[in-house]
Amino acid sequence: MKQKTVAVVGAAETTEMGRIPDVSAIQLHADAALNTLKDAGLKPSDIDGVATAGLSPTELAYYLGITPTYADGTSVGGCSFMLHVRHAAAAINEGLCNTVLITHGESGRSRVGAGGFRGGGGNSSLAGQFEQPYGPVGPPSMFTVPALRYLKTYGLTEEDLAWPAVIQREWAAMNPRASMKDPITLDDVLNARMIAYPFTLLMCCLVTDGGGALILTSAERAKDFPQKPIYIVGTGESVETPMVSQMEDFTSSKAFRVSGKKAFAEAGISHDDVDHLMIYDAFSHLPLYGLEDLGFCKPGEAAAFIRERNTAPGGKLPLNTNGGGLSYMHSGMYGMYAMQESIRQLRGVAPAQVPDAKISIAHGVGGMFGASGTIVFSNEPG
Amino acid sequence: MDRILPQPTPETQHFWDGCKAGELRLQRCDDCAKAYFPPRPFCPVCGSRSVSVFAASGKGVLWSYVINHRPRPDMGTEPHSIAVVKLAEGPQMMTNIIGCPQTPEALRLDMPVEVKFQDFGAIALPLFQPAGA
Repeated sequence: MKQKTVAVVGAAETTEMGRIPDVSAIQLHADAALNTLKDAGLKPSDIDGVATAGLSPTELAYYLGITPTYADGTSVGGCSFMLHVRHAAAAINEGLCNTVLITHGESGRSRVGAGGFRGGGGNSSLAGQFEQPYGPVGPPSMFTVPALRYLKTYGLTEEDLAWPAVIQREWAAMNPRASMKDPITLDDVLNARMIAYPFTLLMCCLVTDGGGALILTSAERAKDFPQKPIYIVGTGESVETPMVSQMEDFTSSKAFRVSGKKAFAEAGISHDDVDHLMIYDAFSHLPLYGLEDLGFCKPGEAAAFIRERNTAPGGKLPLNTNGGGLSYMHSGMYGMYAMQESIRQLRGVAPAQVPDAKISIAHGVGGMFGASGTIVFSNEPG
Repeated sequence: MDRILPQPTPETQHFWDGCKAGELRLQRCDDCAKAYFPPRPFCPVCGSRSVSVFAASGKGVLWSYVINHRPRPDMGTEPHSIAVVKLAEGPQMMTNIIGCPQTPEALRLDMPVEVKFQDFGAIALPLFQPAGA
């Protein structure tokens, strides 16, 4: 896309976050949408483009009373919303629509009217035939499968899977809306209940309820909105495989590399330009893969980078400053919350604010290293 | 609870028939010679529809795994491996490692493994055990 031609003019999460047993999934979408419309000073009738995953864009538009000229139902897992941003930017530039609402809502914990990402297609799908027969129970015993190969390749240990959880909890402690705020030690993480060796409970994301939404429009129009516009500078996306067992390289995600490279190239920035970073952390190995595949660290060096507190409060590359999926929230498709935190940081209103942040990247994963989306945001007009 | 089993499709039937017959069947491209998995009637590298089924060696190495401490009801009650084996012919395959303790000490990355078909009635699954066990 063309740099800074499209901006985020509305961004908000659901009113409540965490455990919300009295709200259905579709109403979480709507609650986030209504909060975001208010943030942007708009009514549903002002929206002419919709995008969502977990729910069809038809359900979303109908439920909110929107008649769109653009609908995107791209559903590739938790990074779907990054892809929605990318597609919406292209659509706005092409004149398909003017104002796009992107929503996420998921009753991940309470399962009230639950939708969510449905990969595969029963036991005749590829994963149904060639992975499910061996006993995986969702992401905790699938997404984690490549990690031991990564650790062995670089001479790392379980401690290197524990540090991201310890350090992200430091960020979460500063965030009143984070689900888990109490400090944890390396030993707490290593000695927590084993879920799928080598992953203990504290290396796995939360399962909570919530939602979030964004509104995008042209940079030209964005100046007339109540909030400071946050510009889209670069975007990337890719997909690799619906089966984690078929990843080309167990130490690196091809989808991450392709998406990240594209986003950096579009943005025309170097790594030193990045003030703030969000890497979708469904499990604690994701920040390691993300830092390396986006090019912030050389292969095998991300663990030391984290351990040496470069991503911690006060470090040179603040990472997952809301606490991440490990400590803030994780409804199932977390990508929306990563972008919400990027927007808060660039608006200057984050609970753990990075001083003077100008460029933020939100990098998402979908499925089990199956898909990826990367968005580079800036608060400076073009 | 009965083991959750795959439902073959026309494009994968030969693989599951092979497992039932005690043979690990892969495919190879007649044009670019690349061996590949999972099954499909064309080469994922070059797109050629000229491909052949062949009996693989059934040998490989343990490439990566987790030990699932929350087994699915059809998988019993004890922690078990969910592994990926790198086959001698190149492709990777998800499986379970059997015939050894389900511990990090016994499940060493890069250890040689060999296929051991386990019969579940309509379907036999290609599980793997330490080579020579």
